[in-house]
Amino acid sequence: MLQLVLFNVFNGLIVGAFYALMALGLSLILNLSGVINFAHGGFLALGAYIAYSLMPLVGFWGALLVAPLLTAVLGLAVERVLIRRVYGRDPLYSLLLTFGLAYILEDLARYIWGAQSVPYPIPEALARPLSTQFFFLTGYRLFMVALVALAVAALFFVLGRTRLGMRIRAGTLDLETVSALGVNVRVLRNLNFGLGIYLAGLAGVLAAGMLGLQPTIGTSLIMPSFVAIVVGGLGSLPGTLLGGLLIGVASGLATVFMPSASEAIIYVMMGLVLLVRPRGLLGEEGRLK
Amino acid sequence: MTRLQQLGPTALVWLVLLTMPFWINAIGGYTELASRVVVMALAATALNFLLGYTGTLSFGHAAYFGLGAYGVGMTLKYLVPSTTLGMLIGVVVGTVAAAVIGALIVRLRGVYFAMVTIAFGQVFYFIAFRWNTVTGGDDGLTGWQRQPIDLAGIRLDIQHHDVAFYYLALACFAASVGAMALLLNSPFGRTLQAIRENERRARFLGIAVERHIWLSFVISCAFVSLAGTLYALLNNFTDPRALRWDLSGNFVIMAVLGGMRSFWGPLIGAAVFVVLQDYVSSHTENWMSIVGLIFVLVVLFFPRGVLGLLQRRGPA
Amino acid sequence: MAIAPGELRALIGANGAGKTTLFNLLSGFVAPSSGRIVFDGTDITARAAHERVGMGIARTFQITEVFPELTVHENLRIPVESERGLRLRPWLSGPVARQIQSRVEELLELGGLAQKSWRLAGELPHGDQRTTEILMALALKPRLLLLDEPTAGMGEQETYEITELVRGLHRERSLTILLVEHDMRVVFHLADRIMVMAEGSLLADGTPAQIAADERVQAAYLGASAT
Repeated sequence: MLQLVLFNVFNGLIVGAFYALMALGLSLILNLSGVINFAHGGFLALGAYIAYSLMPLVGFWGALLVAPLLTAVLGLAVERVLIRRVYGRDPLYSLLLTFGLAYILEDLARYIWGAQSVPYPIPEALARPLSTQFFFLTGYRLFMVALVALAVAALFFVLGRTRLGMRIRAGTLDLETVSALGVNVRVLRNLNFGLGIYLAGLAGVLAAGMLGLQPTIGTSLIMPSFVAIVVGGLGSLPGTLLGGLLIGVASGLATVFMPSASEAIIYVMMGLVLLVRPRGLLGEEGRLK
Repeated sequence: MTRLQQLGPTALVWLVLLTMPFWINAIGGYTELASRVVVMALAATALNFLLGYTGTLSFGHAAYFGLGAYGVGMTLKYLVPSTTLGMLIGVVVGTVAAAVIGALIVRLRGVYFAMVTIAFGQVFYFIAFRWNTVTGGDDGLTGWQRQPIDLAGIRLDIQHHDVAFYYLALACFAASVGAMALLLNSPFGRTLQAIRENERRARFLGIAVERHIWLSFVISCAFVSLAGTLYALLNNFTDPRALRWDLSGNFVIMAVLGGMRSFWGPLIGAAVFVVLQDYVSSHTENWMSIVGLIFVLVVLFFPRGVLGLLQRRGPA
Repeated sequence: MAIAPGELRALIGANGAGKTTLFNLLSGFVAPSSGRIVFDGTDITARAAHERVGMGIARTFQITEVFPELTVHENLRIPVESERGLRLRPWLSGPVARQIQSRVEELLELGGLAQKSWRLAGELPHGDQRTTEILMALALKPRLLLLDEPTAGMGEQETYEITELVRGLHRERSLTILLVEHDMRVVFHLADRIMVMAEGSLLADGTPAQIAADERVQAAYLGASAT
């Protein structure tokens, strides 16, 4: 029994790490630009598929390195051409735009790579379990957790210690002042968006190895990202991280005790948070709008 | 504006709708398509009650649409072969869900509100998907059919006659939009518009904003779930796609495409969308990309929608 | 601080002195960290904004807040219906509708906007929008009216018209009015008493003559803000 619980908690942490990785990218974009990037899932899927196509050329590790970067570049282009046009307008339009983009990206994936699941091979070295006692501790799972932890640490480093990060943080609080201080807000938003998309692409590549790859992979992962943001705290990145991990673990635990509710439980959590503390666990006051 | 100018468009709309089965075939359509337009128009108009008139962003309306659809389907399949009871149950389920969820989310606004409406929409999608012993899962709910309706001794054979079903759908549409129009032209409706225009000011005029938004949400979802029941009855089938995020997005685009600020805008938007969907999906598999493109084009170039464009040409 | 019923009190002070914050506290937009607010003998500290409106407190805003895409008529109709408790009503009977119509017309006359009632509020000149906003507050039949810089950004003629409107409201309807203003002519023209704020607290409080003679006030504000 204990092993079952441990297995599911650990599994839940991994899943939660994904949710957090994706939610962080979403949160970055939302906080600075006020845009819900519903196409985030589409970029995740794209990242995964690009990696899939690159693998025969550069191998697993090359794809892991390159695919998120390519996806981020695409993200930069999309921001420049499309997203930029809806800043400052009613949020309805940014949602409609990213919704439309999500449709296009999903259909594009289906068109190029087919509607069926495609296999995403992971290196033999990672697929082996590390010990017979804890059989669930495969190298790949550990690797994923490690990579996500690394990515998150790198993100917080960038935000906390680099000039770009500082400007993003300042811009999240007060964009007008930041621009009055001579920062090029357009470039800032563009780079911020690219950063968020990089995280989506990375999440996609990692997810493909664990969940398998089909065109709907993006949208199935975006909903928990929303929940992670709401639970963890509107406007707070550490909150989003916490939210992602929490819902992952909750989902894992639910699998042990009530498997059919393992997906629904995160929404129950969201409902509870909304009831008791609408701004989320670590959320800031006044972010409800 | 003279009385004629005020009533003219409404009269025209009803003339077109009432006579549709007679000319739809002539222009290359079919009665079922007309029914689908009416059902979607109802859903879009209901959504617009919340979106265009109250100014509240809901991107998760498909949840209530789907609840209505499954409600009627499951009633007909498992309970009793009565269309009217099925429809009633479908609407009640959708409305109650909206009342509960609405109460939870009404403290949020803008993008955050939209986010949670989307997320809650997904719960029902999952339930329909997972609970496949009852709902048929991904394959959908089959093995049932709409039953003829017996009212005051008259039998409306909607089971075997598409035209009869069309008029049932139209009657529901008429009753619903009539009710919505009545509400919008009353103090309640004006209060909603005040909230849309300037929420802070509305609050300082003594308006309990959250309560009004909740009411608007529930009313909007009630009519959307009615549309959902009709949709299931139209197809004698429903599946989780009636609950999915993309359907929610479609409702919004119908309202925006037609013109959010006018009452008949969603009807126009729904008509354009449904007809286009029918035409394009018979020629290509990439219907989704086309829809996505429509979204993008509307946002960039036609945010006020078709009627918005026309209105601008009128007198200021 | 205490305001007597029927008084027209002006609140002046430099930007950032806390005048709008005080209004926000009184109208229920912001909750106080300490202290109480008592209105006509009732403690309203915990009451929400829309509840205070029901009790008779109405306000306008520094940046004019009307309903831009609705007509002037509709802008006024909403507070009239709200005041009568009709906000949730899904339909109106004939006599009630007529009552509302006549009340709206009465307000339009008062503000001189009868000819413009069918225009969209957002398209009116600034002065008319401000008048509309004041009329909207008036429609609520308040006992206390909070006016936040009603003549801000207006030319001579418009300032005069608004000042006369406010004076009329004070004299003819014995409304208690608390007025934030930067234009000293308006202040000295209208006020029974003047309060001066600086850096979040009260600097001086007295009749116009007393304030005009107060050296501290003179040094700090009157010299700088006399227009």
